[in-house]
Amino acid sequence: MTAYKIMFYLFAAMIIVFSILTVTSRRILRAAVFLLFVLISTAGLYFWLDYQFMAGVQLALYAGGIVVLIIFSILLTSHIDQKFSQPHWSKRIMAATAALSGMALCLLLFLQHTFIVGTNPPIKNDMTNIGTQLLSTEHNGFALPFEVISILLLAAMIAAIIIAKKGK
Amino acid sequence: MGYQKYDLAPLTHSIDQFLYSHLSSTWAFLAEMTLIGVVFLIFYAVIGLYLVLAERKVCAFMQNRIGPNRVGWFGVIQTIADLFKLLLKELITIRKADKLLFNIAPFIVIIASFLGIAAIPFAMGLHAIDFNIGIFYIMAVSSVGVVGILIAGWSSNNKYSLIGAMRSGAQIVSYELSVGLSLLVIVIYSGTLQLSTLVESQADAWWIIKGHIPAILAFFVFVTAGTAETNRGPFDLAEAESELTAGFHTEYSGIKFAFFFLAEYMNMFLVASVAATVFLGGWMPLHIPGMEGFNNAMDFIPPIVWYFGKTAFVIFLMMWIKWTFPRLRIDQLLNLEWKYLLPINLVNIVVVALIVLMGWYIK
Repeated sequence: MTAYKIMFYLFAAMIIVFSILTVTSRRILRAAVFLLFVLISTAGLYFWLDYQFMAGVQLALYAGGIVVLIIFSILLTSHIDQKFSQPHWSKRIMAATAALSGMALCLLLFLQHTFIVGTNPPIKNDMTNIGTQLLSTEHNGFALPFEVISILLLAAMIAAIIIAKKGK
Repeated sequence: MGYQKYDLAPLTHSIDQFLYSHLSSTWAFLAEMTLIGVVFLIFYAVIGLYLVLAERKVCAFMQNRIGPNRVGWFGVIQTIADLFKLLLKELITIRKADKLLFNIAPFIVIIASFLGIAAIPFAMGLHAIDFNIGIFYIMAVSSVGVVGILIAGWSSNNKYSLIGAMRSGAQIVSYELSVGLSLLVIVIYSGTLQLSTLVESQADAWWIIKGHIPAILAFFVFVTAGTAETNRGPFDLAEAESELTAGFHTEYSGIKFAFFFLAEYMNMFLVASVAATVFLGGWMPLHIPGMEGFNNAMDFIPPIVWYFGKTAFVIFLMMWIKWTFPRLRIDQLLNLEWKYLLPINLVNIVVVALIVLMGWYIK
């Protein structure tokens, strides 16, 4: 067992434990914080894979952006004493069956699939590469999707401003 | 090049080889991680303590006082005495608080700043992790710190803490944009995010000189936004003591309070280090193109001295700002970001792109 493998199991265990805690916690802010730990562990897994850009994006966007927004809205809306009531036992059994059967299906597919170990050297994914690919119009370029997404973002921002200005 | 006189890479490589030749690779790896962790922990504590002392001395200087001068020579061990006082204090547990989140919050804040420090190049070859995404990594990990502040405010179950946390959240989320965009100016100039190559690209002159007007503008925006990011005055509404007692850390006592306090100072150190590395050349000595003799003389000053000198300069600048300007109101704070800093930044980036395309900067 090398340190490399131990780290993988560590991150995997953290992801599993905190995912379960996220859905079973009955205090909403605790669930959000456990979700943050899941996302950070996923970023750790990306660092472990040496894909630093993805890890950085995961941390900046999900951990530092989306979770902050979730927590911010919880702060605005809920009180500390608020606790979700225990769901009815029939609902709990149904949810557990659904989750377990989903997991069984995934496991079955994973175990049946034969993973091919690639022999090609890994692609160098440094920032310069990603940057030029993102804006290149040539083969494998992502200029069109990039522009389409920016139009979508612009539309979303204008919509947000219109909603915020409503009645003024 | 002359600046390679004090390359510390042979030293770190020899330690690395020593560990790998005496231990199996797993244990050597673990030993290296522990070694670097312990070194950073000591560094973090020492720098944090002395920044607190520096703040008190600078504040006293600005207000025409003497400042701490009883414990040790000119008060040099005052903050160490304060640390022991904080360590001995009782950790008050609050009955109506969410205890789990209340206890986690200081750690999230301190770990976020600790992770950022790890990627800073202190001198040539003295660089713990040199990521390809250097600056982006520092921004990403330090953006997690705000979560700690938010949950500290909420889990205290105290309305002052909650208001403080909300203010700080709004502030950090908005000023993060300006920090990122002002750093982007230098990224466009240098064409790299990696901190080691960024420092080496300033071997002829620092970016604040080479990049002239846009770089100077970006430097000022960065220092302003960085001061706001660290929740320091004049942007310290999150802990405005006249209105909110102490904001998000009202309910914290003893060492947990010290964690917030230390993290605030280390975030300031992180902002100052990034400013020094990106705009002022990091550990690179002062080089003026065309003046060979002067440049050679400057190379004799070790890089680590240059690095700490520049960082200390930016820290002094931030303390000067704190003790000079009155505190902003929350609406003024958000106006400053969204109506002034952000538009300035966006225009600045377009101008820089044009300058780089036309080659109108000193090469």
